[in-house]
Amino acid sequence: MMELRNWMIWPDDPLLSGLVLIAIAMLALYAARMPMHGLIRSAGLALSGPLRLGARWLFGVALDMKMRNKAVLLAQGRREAGQRIEREFERIGMLVTRDLQGYPTLQRRLLEEITRVEEDYKKCGEVPPPPPDWIDAVAAVAKIKTGGGEVVQKILEDIRTSIAGIHDKALAEYRRAYQARHSILEGFMPHWRSLDKMMKQVEKSMAGLQASASTVDAHMDAYKEIAAASDKAESVLTHSAFTQFVSAFLVMAVALGGAFVNFKLIALPMSEMVGASDYLTSSLRTSEVAALVIILVEASMGLFLMESLRITHLFPRIANLEDRMRRRMVWISLALLVTLGCVEAALALMRDTLIADKQALLQSLATVPAAANEGLLGRIPTAGQMILGFILPLALAFVAVPLESFIHSARAVGGALLVNLVRSAAFLLRLLGNIARQGSRALLHAYDVLIVLPLLAERVLRSARGRESVPAQRAVDAPEKIATTF
Amino acid sequence: MIHRVLLATLALAGLALGATGCVDPRSHANAVYMMVDDSGTYVHEVGKAKLIVNYLLGTLQPGDTLAVAKLRSRSFTEKDIIAKATFDVRPSEANSQKRAFRDKVAASLSNVSGSAYTDITGGLIQGAEFLNETGAGTKTIIIFSDMQEDLDKVTVRNFPIKLNNIRVIAVNVTKLNTDNIDPRRYLGRLEAWQKRVEAAGASQWKVINNIERLDGIFANS
Repeated sequence: MMELRNWMIWPDDPLLSGLVLIAIAMLALYAARMPMHGLIRSAGLALSGPLRLGARWLFGVALDMKMRNKAVLLAQGRREAGQRIEREFERIGMLVTRDLQGYPTLQRRLLEEITRVEEDYKKCGEVPPPPPDWIDAVAAVAKIKTGGGEVVQKILEDIRTSIAGIHDKALAEYRRAYQARHSILEGFMPHWRSLDKMMKQVEKSMAGLQASASTVDAHMDAYKEIAAASDKAESVLTHSAFTQFVSAFLVMAVALGGAFVNFKLIALPMSEMVGASDYLTSSLRTSEVAALVIILVEASMGLFLMESLRITHLFPRIANLEDRMRRRMVWISLALLVTLGCVEAALALMRDTLIADKQALLQSLATVPAAANEGLLGRIPTAGQMILGFILPLALAFVAVPLESFIHSARAVGGALLVNLVRSAAFLLRLLGNIARQGSRALLHAYDVLIVLPLLAERVLRSARGRESVPAQRAVDAPEKIATTF
Repeated sequence: MIHRVLLATLALAGLALGATGCVDPRSHANAVYMMVDDSGTYVHEVGKAKLIVNYLLGTLQPGDTLAVAKLRSRSFTEKDIIAKATFDVRPSEANSQKRAFRDKVAASLSNVSGSAYTDITGGLIQGAEFLNETGAGTKTIIIFSDMQEDLDKVTVRNFPIKLNNIRVIAVNVTKLNTDNIDPRRYLGRLEAWQKRVEAAGASQWKVINNIERLDGIFANS
């Protein structure tokens, strides 16, 4: 308060003092208006210029990165699509080799079957022998009137008897012929069935080929899209990379959980081997690090196994090894993995023994003895630990597959995120640049608001001067006009 | 390709770091020296000392050291140490050692003959020497006593002692008959010991009278 009074011109009249001070300040600010405007404008430009420049540079960088990401993504997609097409062609090749190499045999069998069927058909077509010509004679004899003569009667009886015999014989012959045809027709059935089966087989093979051809077509379309570097292909590949990244991350998280369980299984028994009192850091025991190293070695062996089997392709050198060497590597890594699994099973058993020993010691130290838990129930955890100890290293071997997907997709995902980050930074810089520019303008106006009274006075004076100068000008101009008139 | 190289470099760097000296050189072992007072009326409390020893045996880890000694008329001697052991780094071997230790202590504490005087200061000096020799990271002296020092006329203990970086914990500090008459005697006794121990450079002074809460022995606060 005292300090404020020191500023007063008339301490007893603060209002008047304040007004005078404001007036002085206004005049001072008015006097400094031009340089102050220049200063504010320059400061605004000095701030906004580099910010906008930086924003423009970052946008350019983001664009470059996007282009580079696109190129990498398309190259990766092209390679993967190429591999897929290659695999499809291999499959088609196998199908063709498997199915079409049997086609000459199949065709011969088909022809044989058809010939046999034709022959049988022809056999079926044979007409039974027609009734003999004497039938008409018999009919004529039958029309003869007996007249009651015994001789004629006898002759006719003989004729009837012989004709009946012949008829029975002919009928039997006819039936035999039909029976033979039926048996031929019956013999058709296996041939028909065989033909039907062969035709179905051919149809299935053709359908398989057609499906593979459709798949190849689809892959080829995708490949063309990628080769044309279209936005659609880029979008599809980016989406696919994100999906791969997330799914690989989830699977790896699950595998990490498995590795943690594995670690817990072998950390305690490892202290029996490397000691329990050595520390690498203040809280990390050497035995724990040893257990971790074993798990990492298992993961590495799994990785080598997957590489040797050509399931993953993180190390091209392994994939490019000659087949014999590669097979050796498969067996070596598999043997090491199984050995480590057996070691872990043994360690899990040791862990159980150690815990039981410690428990027995604590019980003997305790004042109240605990109830014993023996029998089958007590053995289940031991067996479970041993099985887990053996299985987990083998299961961890498969983590190489999601790891490869993770690494491959991380490039695309990381690149896309980085581009967005750079773009966001560019946007922020541009925003700050605009705020600085508009802020300097606002400050100019605010400055003028502070000195509004002198500015008003200036405007009034100018307008008054303007009014005075206009009649004077008219007065000066008038004689000239008169002179020109004359 | 770049990320593969990066991964390989990181792995190699990790291995190199592990191989060349990332190992923590400090000792993380615990060493505990427990003194059991068997003088005067406190001889009746000796049974509780077994509980504390059992607790220590159950809590100490492989590689740790434990010694149990009696507080006699003159305690600055190794002869008063009933049992001492540095447990093996292998847990199974350490458990066997603990069983043997427990049996030895139980046998020794079952037939105590009360001493005429109580030399706590001598025991502290002996304990500090023992603990310093172990080279353990955490050193603790547990005094199972009523903290009433009683020296004969010949024994000299009125000089400064050194207990640098040693935690001193008084357990089961019972009240004497005279303390019941004037509790200030008890409080004054504890305060005097605290001052003396802290002046000797001890890292911590603690009193635990409830033997159900022995977990405070290894707690730092």
